Amino acid sequence: MLTALLILWPAVAALLVLLVKGQGAKKVAFGAALVELLLGIWAWVGFNPTDSSAQYLINLPWIESAGIVFKVGMDGISLLLVLLTVFLLPLIILSTFKHNYERPSSFYALILFMQTGLIGVFTALDAFLFYFFWEVALIPIYFIAGLWGGENRIRVTFKFFLYTVFGSLFMLAAFVYLYFQTPGTHTSELSAFYQLVLDAGTQSWLFWFLFIAFAIKMPVFPFHTWQPDTYAEAPAAGTMLLSGIMLKMGIYGVLRWLLPIVPLGVSQWSTVAIVLAIIGIVYGAIIAIRQHDMKRLIAFSSISHVGLIAAGLFTLTEQGLQGVMVQMLSHGINVVGLFFIIDIIQQRTGTREIAAMGGITQKAPFLTVCFMVLMLGAVALPLTNGFVGEFLLLMGVYQYNAWMGAIAGLTIILGAVYMLRMFQRVMFGETNHITDVFTDLTFTEKAVLVPLVIMVFWIGLNPNTFLNISEPAIGQLLNVINR
Amino acid sequence: MTSLILLSIFGIVNLFLGFMKSKKVLMPMVMLFLAVSLGATLLDWNNPQTYFNNMFTMDNFSIGFAAVMILSTLFILPFSSKYGRDEDGNLAEYYSLMLFSLVGGIMMVGYENLLMLFIGIEIMSISMYILAGSDKRNILSNEASMKYFLMGSFFTGIILFGVALLYGATGSFDLTIISDAARNIDAGNAPLLLMGLLLVLVGITFKVGAAPFHFWTPDVYEGTPTVFTSYMSTVVKTAGIAAFYKLMSAAFGGVYEQWFPTVVAITVLTLLIGNIGAVAQTSMKRMLAYSSISHAGYLMIALTSFNDRSENAILFYSLAYSVATIAAFGILKYVADERKSDAYEAFNGLGKTNPLLAFVMTVAMLSLAGIPLTGGFFGKLFLFSAALEQDMLWLIVVAILMSAVGIYYYFRVIIAMYMKDPAGERITVDALASFTLISLVVLTVLMGLVPGLFNDLL
Repeated sequence: MLTALLILWPAVAALLVLLVKGQGAKKVAFGAALVELLLGIWAWVGFNPTDSSAQYLINLPWIESAGIVFKVGMDGISLLLVLLTVFLLPLIILSTFKHNYERPSSFYALILFMQTGLIGVFTALDAFLFYFFWEVALIPIYFIAGLWGGENRIRVTFKFFLYTVFGSLFMLAAFVYLYFQTPGTHTSELSAFYQLVLDAGTQSWLFWFLFIAFAIKMPVFPFHTWQPDTYAEAPAAGTMLLSGIMLKMGIYGVLRWLLPIVPLGVSQWSTVAIVLAIIGIVYGAIIAIRQHDMKRLIAFSSISHVGLIAAGLFTLTEQGLQGVMVQMLSHGINVVGLFFIIDIIQQRTGTREIAAMGGITQKAPFLTVCFMVLMLGAVALPLTNGFVGEFLLLMGVYQYNAWMGAIAGLTIILGAVYMLRMFQRVMFGETNHITDVFTDLTFTEKAVLVPLVIMVFWIGLNPNTFLNISEPAIGQLLNVINR
Repeated sequence: MTSLILLSIFGIVNLFLGFMKSKKVLMPMVMLFLAVSLGATLLDWNNPQTYFNNMFTMDNFSIGFAAVMILSTLFILPFSSKYGRDEDGNLAEYYSLMLFSLVGGIMMVGYENLLMLFIGIEIMSISMYILAGSDKRNILSNEASMKYFLMGSFFTGIILFGVALLYGATGSFDLTIISDAARNIDAGNAPLLLMGLLLVLVGITFKVGAAPFHFWTPDVYEGTPTVFTSYMSTVVKTAGIAAFYKLMSAAFGGVYEQWFPTVVAITVLTLLIGNIGAVAQTSMKRMLAYSSISHAGYLMIALTSFNDRSENAILFYSLAYSVATIAAFGILKYVADERKSDAYEAFNGLGKTNPLLAFVMTVAMLSLAGIPLTGGFFGKLFLFSAALEQDMLWLIVVAILMSAVGIYYYFRVIIAMYMKDPAGERITVDALASFTLISLVVLTVLMGLVPGLFNDLL
């Protein structure tokens, strides 16, 4: 029941928000997101971390004639992503409080509606249900980015939408094919897909059908071209949703719907996938170094970081997959914080140009501290969240292939280069005419950043709180893969 | 059968109603007629009957498609209310023609005999030729009518020629006898039979607007008054595709291997031409014309897969497609009447001036594009399922690529409505049309959330 509540509540709340006129919508939306957070915490408290199977299971008939069921539930992997979603969403909504968007009720309703899709994706245990929620999450973000974004928003978000739908149609075809491979009266349940015995040739093409859909979403090189533009053009909240939560859909998809279903396909193509991911790591980082716009810099750094997660996925080692889990959380937290800080700076100075800044430290010490913690988290300094994830991931990649591990390790060095450079040029030095009047964080802004900073340290100092949740599920997943 | 009789009588009664001074009573009466006919049709559910020496049958297949057609007409009518206010005096005739063409349509889905099919096609087509030209003062409408009539008659001739050859090969017009003869195709009748099949195939391909005989569609759709275009692209197409399916399954199921290459080639060509053609359009109406060609292609995927899923897939898809298309044409009519243009630009900023119209249009476009939460998604899913059960993965890949192309042109409308500045003032929509639009959205979303209600009926 709890899972259904987690999925349905945001959709109901979205309808409520639509009824609210004017800027009051944001408060109602924030309240609704807090309720969802409580539901998430409730799920966490009642969760049995030693059990590797899906808990809070709901299994209702949906399209009976076709054997399609409304089956949702949470194992440790799902729970962590649900927690990430319910934790970030109120913060993302809170971060928009100083913006007075046009048609606010539609804006916040779309955000909440998207949450329904996201939670649905992370908890669905039926292929068509998963696909359904996958697209349900996509439509709101298309409108969020396309309606409230920057100048080139129409062209850019359209490109993003086309890319994603194109990919997901291939996923749909793969699912339909798998559906017909299930014995007897066919079923699209995940567990039935796990039991399929498919020959290597079939798994080979199925791998690509599924991989393209997930790789576009993450995005993995060379499917990434929609990403920097979309991140740059979307409104701040949209960018946070895209980078903080939505790209995890792709990673989660690989984890849940690709690795265990076509393990032979994975063993054929994992080297190719890891090489693509590593190209992304280096390529994203090098381009990030060359950026003048802070938002684009973080966008490219995201390609680099996600590249490492993608590489970890295909190592099929426990360290690698646990690294994926914890790095998904860390990346979500860091990137949402960084995009918010960029939004704050842009609000105050009217620009995102790195060259135009300087000396903000003197004017805004609180902002500086938050920015620094999040940045150090992103460059994986020990004791921060990024370190745990990158360490595990690199260990996984190293076990797979030492050379690949070495090249993937460049992410830490290059990450430090572009992040520290940006930080230095934006925050230090002398103030100029646009940063002279820079003011420190308001109460609302602190309310967004402080929880994120706390999480950076929480995961950095005590990752086991979260690793313990996903460990049995990851173990179970590896059992399915190695069956 | 009752629906055939009722619709014919109602059509004639309606003509007499046309003598009345006030035109206001016409639409409510026709809607009542249709509702009664729909009820009468559904009463025969699970109670198959054959008539006229086994020339016509009302089984669940024909009832299902007849219901989709009558329901579609019922949904289309409210958008014609503006005609009632104009000085044009022929409204009763137009409505009667719609009722008569429905009679033809039902004959096309219930035939057991090729003559019945032929008569059905003719009754439906002749009504449509006239309706296409019903905007007498508009030269495009005249052209549309003329073009449709000339082409249509020509292709009806081809069908008739095919039917004659089939008669020559089998000695009968009856589907069962033809089917038996087709199973024994080596008995020396192969050339005649296959030639006959090919000619009938060509004719029906024309009627459903599939490539390579689709060329009339954009011009005729564009010239025809929008309400009748809407009728043409939903009711006529549903009748055509159901007749097509019935012909292939009931009469030529035994020679699947013979016709499969031709039909699959037509399918692929239709998907390509429909989708790529739609991309190039600047007029929304012409885009919808090409889109309707492409949907004929999707429907034919179920025909090529030809298994126990096909029938249901076609019925579900027809309903989902019709509902979304009627909404799209309905809104197009309002926008085009008000803003004097059916280009994409006419839709600019509709989200600001008319949130309801824009929302309904968005749902319709999402459904036509096959995005979840809408009936169109499950329509595509069921079609793809039918084809994949037959292991036609390559065909699905083509369909997927073309669906992605489809998203491009469907989303242009959404972009225009929400992301551009308004092109005009708020458009006033009467209550009945608003109600209809809301019903269409509810039905589309219902099909997208609980497809089980509509799937697996046959």
